[in-house]
Amino acid sequence: MTNSEKNRRKDKAFQVFGIFCTFIGLVVLAIFLIDIVIEGIGRIDWDFLTSLPSRRAARAGILTAWAGTIWILVLSALIAFPLGIAAGVYLEEYAKKTKLSNFLEINIANLAGVPSIIYGLLGLELFVRIMNLGGILLAGALTLSLLILPIIIVTTREAIKAVPRTIRDGSFALGASKWQTVWYQVLPASFGGILTGVILALSRAVGEAAPLIVIGALAYVPFVPSSPMDEFTVLPIQIFNWTSRPQAAFLTNAAAAIIILLLITFLLNGIAVYLRHRQQKKIKW
Amino acid sequence: MRVQEKIIEGLLWLSAAITILITVSIIWVLLSESVLFFSEVSIVRFLTEKEWTPLFAEKKFGIMPLVAGTFLTTVIAIAVALPIGLTIAIYLNEYANARFKTFIKPLLEVLATIPTVVYGFFALTVVTPFLQSFIPGLAGFNALSAGIVMGIMIIPMISSLSEDAISAVPRSLREAAYGMGSTRLQTAFGVMVPAASSGILVSVILAISRAVGETMIVAIAAGQQPRLTLNPLVPIETITTYIVQVSLGDVPHGSLEYRTIFAAGMTLFVFTFLLNNLSFWIKKKYQEKYD
Repeated sequence: MTNSEKNRRKDKAFQVFGIFCTFIGLVVLAIFLIDIVIEGIGRIDWDFLTSLPSRRAARAGILTAWAGTIWILVLSALIAFPLGIAAGVYLEEYAKKTKLSNFLEINIANLAGVPSIIYGLLGLELFVRIMNLGGILLAGALTLSLLILPIIIVTTREAIKAVPRTIRDGSFALGASKWQTVWYQVLPASFGGILTGVILALSRAVGEAAPLIVIGALAYVPFVPSSPMDEFTVLPIQIFNWTSRPQAAFLTNAAAAIIILLLITFLLNGIAVYLRHRQQKKIKW
Repeated sequence: MRVQEKIIEGLLWLSAAITILITVSIIWVLLSESVLFFSEVSIVRFLTEKEWTPLFAEKKFGIMPLVAGTFLTTVIAIAVALPIGLTIAIYLNEYANARFKTFIKPLLEVLATIPTVVYGFFALTVVTPFLQSFIPGLAGFNALSAGIVMGIMIIPMISSLSEDAISAVPRSLREAAYGMGSTRLQTAFGVMVPAASSGILVSVILAISRAVGETMIVAIAAGQQPRLTLNPLVPIETITTYIVQVSLGDVPHGSLEYRTIFAAGMTLFVFTFLLNNLSFWIKKKYQEKYD
């Protein structure tokens, strides 16, 4: 065998290995999803969705958990959405290239890399202790808002950056002020991209358990929260709680709850992908 | 009009400045509670004692067992994610056609969108029993299974960042390699990977930082037994798991046990902060400039 034949063979072998690696993660994911569906789908019925938690696995439901998750989702969106967009607009449209704006940028990149459980410790001390809120919905939503803020800022900036300079110049030429240009031109043109980022950030928040456990969200909440000042639990915490019990019946409950959580996550991601796709189709600069 | 513009700019600035306030608050919260902790437990004990038993009657405050647990799960995760992620990046860049790329990349991203508590369930109920079928001494809770699953989760992180780095290498370098008669494999490992090495290194460092801070997978599947060991088959405890474990219990505010989670959190924060900044530094300093 000549050298060049050998090399060609190695090349082919790596190609096969490459295909293997590309699919191995997806295959494992598929096995897992099938396993979850087989284990949990039989447990999902109307009662499971509308029952309160219980010490008996067969009677336990996820009403309080998914209600808490929806509450957290909405509250975090209300807090982080305006704040994140405002910060993104400032950094992209207003900030001059000074040391301070440079520092802001590094700082945001750093915040994005802080582990979620550290945000939990921050929330525990700041919202639960110092502001004396206790382990309530508002404290949880504030904590998760801080967690997803860097993601929203970064994606907002990217969306705004994609709006061409000429749009702004045109607006200024017509006599618009800076803010009028941002509000009437830049933001509408980049809104699809911004919304995509916000939804992806929210889907991250929906799956978080660790920071909420740290601020003291409870696994057992026997009522549906009716205001932001109520105690709460969320689906990931309920799943964690059921997974850490030895009885098999609770594992089945956990699998069923995972199906619901994954549906919410995939739904949010699906909306984000759809928005991005539509945005790319609609706008051709 | 002018005034309104200024007010709006001020409000926008305030929103951006909040991010600095968040960083300051994190450091302040961790520091202030840690200082109180270290006024009772000397930092020498914290760093040198070989046991971590703050919740027992006989208390030991050596952080090393928790660091060892974190280190062990992280190493396993990277050992899984780095070869697979890097191979994917090379394959997509050098071998795959554009249509396959646009089809497979969003699918790989799905791996990163699954909530970590779900991965934990997977590690405990599927991966551990599977591994037990051919590793006899494997405990029900262990670092191996948690690490492997964590590795699967961070594959897309390494593959997409490395792929960006490789595709940023100019075409001319690749074409020169082909012109010399290289195969795709030789081009990839002889030219493209070395040229993109700083970007690949950044992806690995960020992945390590992610694995170090990962909580729910290890809390569910790796156990809650702080142990100074590198044996992946026995139950261990990571820094993050310890924080969750204490949070689930009834530890009164202001007690020494309460403060241990901030000392542990501080340790975790220092690790991830150093890793993240190392990655920024490499990115800035070693970014290859081709014109």
